[in-house]
Amino acid sequence: MKLIKRAVAGTLESSDIQVIIEPREEACIEIELKSSVEKQFGRQIRRVIRETLEALGVENARVIATDRGALDCTIRARVLCAAYRASGIKGKYDWEVIDKWNA
Amino acid sequence: MKNSIGREIPESVINGLELYQGPFAKNGEVKKAAPKVKPAKPGESKLVSSIEEAIVKCGLRDGMTISFHHHFREGDYILNMVVDAIAKLGIKNLTLASSSLGSVHSPLVKHIKNGVITKITTSGLRGALAEEISRGLMNEPVIIRSHGGRARAIEAGDIKIDLAFLGASSSDEYGNASGARGKAICGSLGYARVDADYADKVVIITDTLVDFPNVPASIPQTKVDYVVRVDEIGNPSGIASGATRFTKNPKELLIAEYASRVIIESGYFKDGFSFQTGSGGSALAVSRFLRNEMIKQGITASFALGGITKPMVEMLEEGLIKNLFDVQSFDLVAADSISRNERHHEIDASFYANPHNRGCIANNLDVVILSALEIDTDFNINVMTGSDGVMRGASGGHCDTAAGAKLTVIVAPLIRGRIPTVVDSVNTVITPGETIDVLVTDHGIAVNPRRTDLIERFMNVSIPVYTIEQLKERAESIVGKPDPIEYEDQVVGIVEYRDGTIIDVVRKVK
Repeated sequence: MKLIKRAVAGTLESSDIQVIIEPREEACIEIELKSSVEKQFGRQIRRVIRETLEALGVENARVIATDRGALDCTIRARVLCAAYRASGIKGKYDWEVIDKWNA
Repeated sequence: MKNSIGREIPESVINGLELYQGPFAKNGEVKKAAPKVKPAKPGESKLVSSIEEAIVKCGLRDGMTISFHHHFREGDYILNMVVDAIAKLGIKNLTLASSSLGSVHSPLVKHIKNGVITKITTSGLRGALAEEISRGLMNEPVIIRSHGGRARAIEAGDIKIDLAFLGASSSDEYGNASGARGKAICGSLGYARVDADYADKVVIITDTLVDFPNVPASIPQTKVDYVVRVDEIGNPSGIASGATRFTKNPKELLIAEYASRVIIESGYFKDGFSFQTGSGGSALAVSRFLRNEMIKQGITASFALGGITKPMVEMLEEGLIKNLFDVQSFDLVAADSISRNERHHEIDASFYANPHNRGCIANNLDVVILSALEIDTDFNINVMTGSDGVMRGASGGHCDTAAGAKLTVIVAPLIRGRIPTVVDSVNTVITPGETIDVLVTDHGIAVNPRRTDLIERFMNVSIPVYTIEQLKERAESIVGKPDPIEYEDQVVGIVEYRDGTIIDVVRKVK
């Protein structure tokens, strides 16, 4: 998946995560995370964001995430949504990848 | 060295103190300390014109211990006023022995940095002060004591109060002080009464000076050296909220419903039983469910104990509860009821929960409902440090009533946001698991395996029953397994069990 613009998904409500994704020149996923549960779950939140993007085939992205204690399923959904918005894809979702998470 | 519940206590902090060995392991005879008393002659005035004058007249010097009560809660002006005055007089190196501290006391950070306060003992710590202390503000660790443990420490002379500054809602010029009458009322002065009994010097600070005699008095003239009138003792809305309301949160209501079922089926719910509930959402709602069942079954309670709230007062006035024992009134309805209801009794912290007197009323409790920030698979409870390891709570009467009551019920949601409540090992132990009987969550209950009698009783009750390990796994299956908090070696808090032994320490967070 190729990112073409900056996009956002999610809110700053408690138990949600706001994810901003923008394309980046270098081939690397850079994550800036602020989380109310950083000490307990920071490592896991970064891993879920990274794995979600990798599964979509995103290679160059900068992610700015503000977490308010979201569960993994919420984090995945917000990253997925932001990534599709950033890629400009509308309607042609890769359901195989998405269904894998729901299996 | 490890204590009997396996908490590692560094040698450096033990310093002559004993390690926790069990809830009633330390039970020998005690010798009570006694205060020095300066007699008052007829005609002498106790009224002084300012806090400064009272400090000077009492002879406060470097290295002494000063005390305060926390009945004015987040509305308190007294402590900050007095410590500011002490700082201006250039007195340093004091021990602060407050019954508790709140967010309102964050100016203490400044007075710790400038050397006015060098040691603290308290039940609770919140806000900026708590955060700074958790990050290593003080050289000496704070000693966290329960309400009963503080009363014990004062009576035993472990805390020797040189000078007690006790705010009162009203007082006469000779020191008869009340919490139940005045411009800003707090109700019971239960915690302050211990200070008044054992401090060498006692100063009453009030904004409502009334004609002699101000009776009935929470603190009588025989315990008071000086009286100071100030413009305001506190912010009334911070001292007591209008009326504690019942929660509408469905999760809390579900927990309360489960908890009330547990109590009703426990065998302790019968005519003449006694109970204590906290002021938390679920705990308070339990009393509503119990009330309905008491009416249905036609039974009454001999007494209710604790922090008293409006729902308790209503049950007293309905005749469902025969007596209220009140160490701290949580709302204005409770504060006002003390002077109105003959069977609403003001009690001091020693009568409430001191394990080393000849029998505190916590010993007479059948049922107590308590909350928890964390509970581990040994049923140990943390109500002091947040899941990030920073102090933001209070020991309160938690371990006291858990030890005293026949049935101790913990009410807590299984998870809060992404934070699990049931964990492998709590960050800080305030109450040992051997004094906890049942955990009630929104997902179901877990009974301490020690209570085989209760496990049997609940077999046929239609509440989901799990082991505590199963509840822990259930929480982890939803939120994941949290990484453990990283601490440094520096100890910022020593947690005393109510008997004065060390049950845990709080370390500086990384």
